[in-house]
Amino acid sequence: MEIFAPFLQYLISGLTNGAIYALIALGFGIIYNATTIINFAQGEMVMLGALCAISIYHLAPSLPLAFAGAVVLVTCVGLVFERLALRPVKDPSPIVLIIITVGGAVLIKGVAMLLWGKEAYTLPPFSGNVPIHLGPATILPQNLWVLGITAISVAALEAFFRLTLVGKAMRACAYNIRAARLVGIAAGRMVQLSFGVSAALGAGAGILIAPLTLGVYDMGTMLGLKGFSAAIIGGLGSLAGGVLGGLVLGVAEALATGFISSGYRDAVAFLLLLLVLFLRPQGLVGGRK
Amino acid sequence: MKTKAIVAGLILALAGLGLIFFGCGGAKQTAPYVVGAIFSISGPASYLGEPERNSLEMVAEAINAQGGINGHPLKLVIYDDEGDVTKARLHATKLAQDKDCLTVIGPSLTHTSMAALEITQKAKLPLISCAAGSAITAPAKDRVWVFKTAQTDQMAVDRIYQYLQKHNLKQVAILTVSTGFGVAGKEQLLTLASKYDIQVVAQEVFGEKDTDMTPQLTKLRGAPAQAVICWGTGPAPALVAKNMKQLGLTLPLIQSHGAASKKFIELAGDAGDGIIMPAGKLVIWQQLPDTDPQKAVCKEYADKYQAKFKAPESSFGGYAYDAIRMLNQALTKAGSDREKIRGELEGLKNFVGISGIFNMSPEDHNGLSPAAFVMVKIHNGGFQLID
Repeated sequence: MEIFAPFLQYLISGLTNGAIYALIALGFGIIYNATTIINFAQGEMVMLGALCAISIYHLAPSLPLAFAGAVVLVTCVGLVFERLALRPVKDPSPIVLIIITVGGAVLIKGVAMLLWGKEAYTLPPFSGNVPIHLGPATILPQNLWVLGITAISVAALEAFFRLTLVGKAMRACAYNIRAARLVGIAAGRMVQLSFGVSAALGAGAGILIAPLTLGVYDMGTMLGLKGFSAAIIGGLGSLAGGVLGGLVLGVAEALATGFISSGYRDAVAFLLLLLVLFLRPQGLVGGRK
Repeated sequence: MKTKAIVAGLILALAGLGLIFFGCGGAKQTAPYVVGAIFSISGPASYLGEPERNSLEMVAEAINAQGGINGHPLKLVIYDDEGDVTKARLHATKLAQDKDCLTVIGPSLTHTSMAALEITQKAKLPLISCAAGSAITAPAKDRVWVFKTAQTDQMAVDRIYQYLQKHNLKQVAILTVSTGFGVAGKEQLLTLASKYDIQVVAQEVFGEKDTDMTPQLTKLRGAPAQAVICWGTGPAPALVAKNMKQLGLTLPLIQSHGAASKKFIELAGDAGDGIIMPAGKLVIWQQLPDTDPQKAVCKEYADKYQAKFKAPESSFGGYAYDAIRMLNQALTKAGSDREKIRGELEGLKNFVGISGIFNMSPEDHNGLSPAAFVMVKIHNGGFQLID
């Protein structure tokens, strides 16, 4: 009991953060599947999602509106980013594109700093602030929202990729882009779509976590890196892998903070990443390529 | 055609040079007093650097509008160290090499100040730091050229422990940020505890950018503490308050003076109600009795700052405001001699500033006492003076 009580609390904290990492990891995975590049601007989409939702909420205090509005806005940012920064590149080799996404991340962060300033902002929780007691631990309604919406998003994505024609076409591009082109799939459109979906996922993650962690212009970088680690740990490109990687990472961080020392929180995340890269470079659920 | 152009260019260049010389000649009588400043204007500590820069510029503008100091205009050279020790050291070196620079104000943070003061000490250049760490000016005999206007963390700890003692709370848990501010605060919290017969029963650390402190707080929950003291700046202490509420921890929460801003109340939301902290008098100046000499100074600063920047004033800006006003007084008497400026600063007595009433001496280059802090409580979205 002595150990179990805090353990449950760490688990709740870890799963909540892990779900956010998972959403970000999925964004990395979807773009990787369509283009084989890593979009390092993914973390900034999270930040944009949080800050846009906060701004919309200040204009019209309705959370559903803020959620939907911010997701739509950030999706547009993702689409425009792909159209203006990536598609016109003459030499679209992955390394060039990856470096462009790093530049894009810096640019988006800078613009956000000018628009919102350097201060942190707060978004009210979706349904109250009264903690729910779960045995010896407590959980906020917002934690449940994070876990629930992540689960729904993952299920919806899975259905989209398995059941719809567009989803299947995107998967075809992931397997072999040349063959996909040969059977008449507009590969360029699929790439653009992947950026849109990833941006939407990132925005969702940002809005979900804003009531718990506040929104500030430089929150995206670390979240992006953690999401990236989660994607690698789980296996880049795999939906199940991204989710698993995110949850494993979140729980490992929380347990390390709780049982070892809070100073090692970030170290644990990256240690885990290195371990996976050494021992199982294809990720926990990634198949051998 | 080409030669014509060259000749024309030469004439223009000469005319330009002449203008420069002429300009210099005209200004020779009243060469500006150059004051350097290093603040963390961008980066994670921008909430300190920005109001500090604003306050400095506001006072300098006012001084120059009134004809400068003894006829000498005040010229500011302001650098941004982004909260980075390396950059602070670099800017300090630049200012130390500028022989016109009379004094440096800043840096904003304890660790950047410690880096900068090494350089300015060697160059015999007075430095007025705006950071909290008591090690910046202590021991004063080793810090001949260094002064500071911010209250030290030691005074804040004194005030908190006095409050706890008064309310008979003897066991505390402490939660400190891993930056210089938190490390220095933790050190004072641990060393001063025995003096007030207080026992630190648990200690935890969090990162400046951490977004979830529930694991640390869960650990604290197991300790037999009667109060939690959180030592941090920026958004993180607000998250500590939120997480405590989330975990259903009902212990009294005491924050450091690093959280004493309106932004903190806004970020903490309803989790902020009832939080107690030491604060400079600026945050509650309206509640001060009229007999308090600081009331008028605070009012003037708050009114001017709000009128000029359309933003709420902050205690942090007050550090720079005190520094430049002190320096103004010293420059008026000492002129452009660094040694004399240092002497004037050291001899400063009964200087009523935003952060307190300064009485400098060769043994004390901060000049403030724990009375510079008042204890306040967050109540209905505002600060309430309680002690």
